Amino acid sequence: MADQPLPIVPYLKVPESGTPFLEGFRCKECEAITLKERTACASCGARSSFEPHRLAEEGELHAFSIIHRSFPGIEVPFVSAIADLDGGGTVKTNMTGIEPDPEKIALGMRVQVVYEIAPRKDGEGNEYMTFYLQPAQ
Amino acid sequence: MSDVYIVGADMIRFGKYPDRSVESLGAEAAHGALDDAGVTINDMQALYCGNLMQAAAMVGQRIQQEIGQTGIPVINTSNACATGATALREGWMGIKAGIYDRVLAVGVEKLAGVGMLGGGGGGAKGIPTEGLMGSGSMPCVFAEAGMAHSKEYGTTFEQFATIAVKNHHHSTMNPKARYQIETPLDEVMGAEMISYPNTKLMCSVNVDGSAAAVLMSESEVKKRGLGSQAVKIRASVLTTDPWTDRDEVMPDVNTCTRNAAKEAYERAGIGPEDLDLVELHDCFATAEVLHYENLGLCGDGEAPKLIDEKATWLGGRIPVNVSGGLLSKGHPIGATGVANVFEIATHLRGNAGKRQVEGARFGLAHVIGLGTCCGIHILEAPSGS
Repeated sequence: MADQPLPIVPYLKVPESGTPFLEGFRCKECEAITLKERTACASCGARSSFEPHRLAEEGELHAFSIIHRSFPGIEVPFVSAIADLDGGGTVKTNMTGIEPDPEKIALGMRVQVVYEIAPRKDGEGNEYMTFYLQPAQ
Repeated sequence: MSDVYIVGADMIRFGKYPDRSVESLGAEAAHGALDDAGVTINDMQALYCGNLMQAAAMVGQRIQQEIGQTGIPVINTSNACATGATALREGWMGIKAGIYDRVLAVGVEKLAGVGMLGGGGGGAKGIPTEGLMGSGSMPCVFAEAGMAHSKEYGTTFEQFATIAVKNHHHSTMNPKARYQIETPLDEVMGAEMISYPNTKLMCSVNVDGSAAAVLMSESEVKKRGLGSQAVKIRASVLTTDPWTDRDEVMPDVNTCTRNAAKEAYERAGIGPEDLDLVELHDCFATAEVLHYENLGLCGDGEAPKLIDEKATWLGGRIPVNVSGGLLSKGHPIGATGVANVFEIATHLRGNAGKRQVEGARFGLAHVIGLGTCCGIHILEAPSGS
């Protein structure tokens, strides 16, 4: 079993000391920003053109949905949110710190990334670090 | 290159057929299309079969085993919700290429009772992300796509819901639709909320279904004297989603549709203003709104106005989904892209009964396969000779 939380997705970095952060990739040819490293750039096809790119932790809410019916075993309701991060890169995750009420959530509102231990473990009992979006302070 | 015509088409009533096999459902639509064209399986030179859920299981060959194993080539296609359109387009291409003059395209799916589709699980490693990193369910993915439109143009829950009111209304005139029930606005908005703003009545119906079409070259149509029922395929286009900035977390159903529409109008030599009806991919009510603009039925940001003016209702400026659409007719994935071509062809031949768009000359059929791809067919009414 890992002695510290594992990242829920590869673009979430969990350093041994210090706070987690989000790191994607940037294509040196066309400047496309991706969460996932690929064989070649999805935007321009350039090979071996990726460099790590740290993502901002603030951005703008682009879209959301409030989920009232999910798959078996998933607690509802929750807010699924998509945010464009400042400087490029788009992430999707749960939005917390706000009521799951369409009247309370404003499209275009400023949001920030927060990191928390996920309330689920894998089959081996490992803990996972995840991230959420919250209204910006 | 020869023009390509649809000379026969059919679909079964979409619904639940728990006691029937996928090949028996496919065979029924295939026989319907062959009969409509006045030909038999012995006249067919190739069979194109669209099916998603059993994509590895030779569904086209199993249909052949039901309707006649004549030894012709069978091409099985799988392309998410554009599976049926892809099968039809492959048949079109076979004739365009001059290889065949007479082919059969069948789309079939058994989907009743499969439950909500989308990314429910996690990867091979780690923990499931559903409910922690948003939702990968289809109702959510298309809700988010709709909310991006709201962000830009202020589209309201009521306007999204009105799409479902319209399509359920249209289905009351379609005996082959799964549901044929009026759903007033308060009922749509008050139905179980699945993924805001999509309520249950704003989600397409998982059903069993099949549809089929017989395609022929121009010389074959003339030889057989089928001109009075030959619907011309003016354009057949397939696109995928080019890279866009939000791709990895938000499937882009807009750009691939816009690209496909542009190419289809160019190939057909007509514009959206020339269309008499459209069958578009209303997998969720939110999606239909996006495609009004993507297909050029109105300008960007004008979809809410189009809804308020009831322009897309039967009798309006540009009727959309008069079949009842995926919301009410049902969405048997592999059959959907053939069934919407059947619907357009039925109107262009003047056989659509109570829901007939009078005097229809041009119609457009559109599907989206998430992952992502877009198929568009533009059809023209028979010229009569």
